Amino acid sequence: MTEVAEIDTALEWTSDEIMTVVAARELTGEMVCFVGIGLPSKAAILARATHAPNVTLVYESGCIGAKPDRLPPSIGDGVLSRTADAVVSVPEIFSYWLQAGRIDVGFLGAAQVDKRGNINTTAVGEYDRPTVRLPGAGGAPEITTSCGTVIITLRHSARAFVEKLDFVTSVGHFEDEELERQRARHGHGPQVIVTDLCVLRYQPSSREFEVTSLHPGVSVEDVLAQTGWPVIISDDLEETAPPTKEELAALRRFSESSAHSR
Amino acid sequence: MNARPLTLSDAVAEFVHDGDTVALEGFTHLIPFAAGHEIIRQGRRDLTLVRMTPDIIYDQLIGMGCVSKLIFSWAGNPGAGSLHRFRDAVENGYPHPLEIEEHSHAGMAVRYQASASGLPFGVLRGYAGTDLSQLSPTIRWITCPFTGEELAAVPALSIDVSVICAQQADRRGNVMMWGITGVQKEAVLSAKHSVVLVEEIVDDFTPHVNAVVLPSWTIDAVSVVPSGSYPSYSEDYSERANDFYAQWEGISRDRVAFHAWMTNHVLETKDHAAFMESLTAIGVTT
Repeated sequence: MTEVAEIDTALEWTSDEIMTVVAARELTGEMVCFVGIGLPSKAAILARATHAPNVTLVYESGCIGAKPDRLPPSIGDGVLSRTADAVVSVPEIFSYWLQAGRIDVGFLGAAQVDKRGNINTTAVGEYDRPTVRLPGAGGAPEITTSCGTVIITLRHSARAFVEKLDFVTSVGHFEDEELERQRARHGHGPQVIVTDLCVLRYQPSSREFEVTSLHPGVSVEDVLAQTGWPVIISDDLEETAPPTKEELAALRRFSESSAHSR
Repeated sequence: MNARPLTLSDAVAEFVHDGDTVALEGFTHLIPFAAGHEIIRQGRRDLTLVRMTPDIIYDQLIGMGCVSKLIFSWAGNPGAGSLHRFRDAVENGYPHPLEIEEHSHAGMAVRYQASASGLPFGVLRGYAGTDLSQLSPTIRWITCPFTGEELAAVPALSIDVSVICAQQADRRGNVMMWGITGVQKEAVLSAKHSVVLVEEIVDDFTPHVNAVVLPSWTIDAVSVVPSGSYPSYSEDYSERANDFYAQWEGISRDRVAFHAWMTNHVLETKDHAAFMESLTAIGVTT
């Protein structure tokens, strides 16, 4: 994973940093969070290090209540198992914990996402002869449907925000209204997408993700240019509160200690 | 029958055959790299490999032409990049086409559980609305006879041999692992045969939090291979070699560089100790 190294001196944070900080703010109180690999993990650790120390982090490797003080390069890092309240088997984490409805919020990344929050992490191009073969489903298809709600975070680009996914790996919101009603018995699906440009929230009225907040310095045109469908801009559009000194300090502290631990 | 002590070379020769379905399981932790290397040295072909999270060792087996089919749920190099040999096989058919059968983690876990339980299939609330459920013949729908709920059904895995790492075996061949233990217990209990690599043999086990013990009679062979999980790790014995995972991105991206690396460090080393020495010789900290 390459980090954006350029720091906008006027703003004093990188686009990746504001994405991580804003995503972290979605975790609050005593939420139990199923944490995906990469950007979600970074944001979840930041949340615990700043405003939400009582959030419980659950990793698909079986680590429940992990308390990492640095960014683990993988979801099976020793810093997760050594700090966990319990370590259970992988079949158990998916059956007793995720499927049984014990997780409040799922926190996922994505390669491609569409206006309903459907996710592709399988393949770009034809499935049988892909131009880019991606890692595959992992835990995501059941995380999106079994958690109370889902947060998605990814970098904003026209390649990632597409009109039609090449492959629906995980369902965000069903096109079919009856299926959407059925799924609500187990979870409400993705509610927010946090990118390096803006925040999008799911609106039941339009049944689409709408841009509700622009990060400082980002224009509506910037977002439209990087979104592959005519995305709805909310009437109540806000400007994202910039990262605080505390948030940035905490993020840089554990990012640095992660680099040193490698 | 209790587990027999075998060298890794003898264990692979006896239990892994051309055309077999083989699971080298491990979830970031305790990945049996040394066994994968030995399979490559012995030139196995036409294997069906099973694993929830195929990583570098599966990339190597695929790139070296040992594999005809992969059953999996997430194929990547966590935190570092892609599996380029896997991608080259799927995208370009190099070194030869790779058949794939893919699932979600939840689905794969249930397939292992069903197999370990001696059932023909397992059930989960999953796959709803996914393209995977449309194209995969190994995902079907059943109706709960008690509630009427529609649920996904997936077939049990049929595995010839599972290979895992554990920290310790005792003198009788019982094995104990702790830390992240993934789906390894189910992998062993799903397979006709199993081989376990351990860091050491101890007289008696000291209890560990969250430990998993597999009785000797569920295992065919125990091989003592110190650091057999390198560059993965073995909790309380070694740290994960995160730099190696990062460097693999560069080595595996190029077919020629990949083959040169495999020749120098795997084909031309006689065992895992020699493999580790070959890395030390080029300045890699192991």
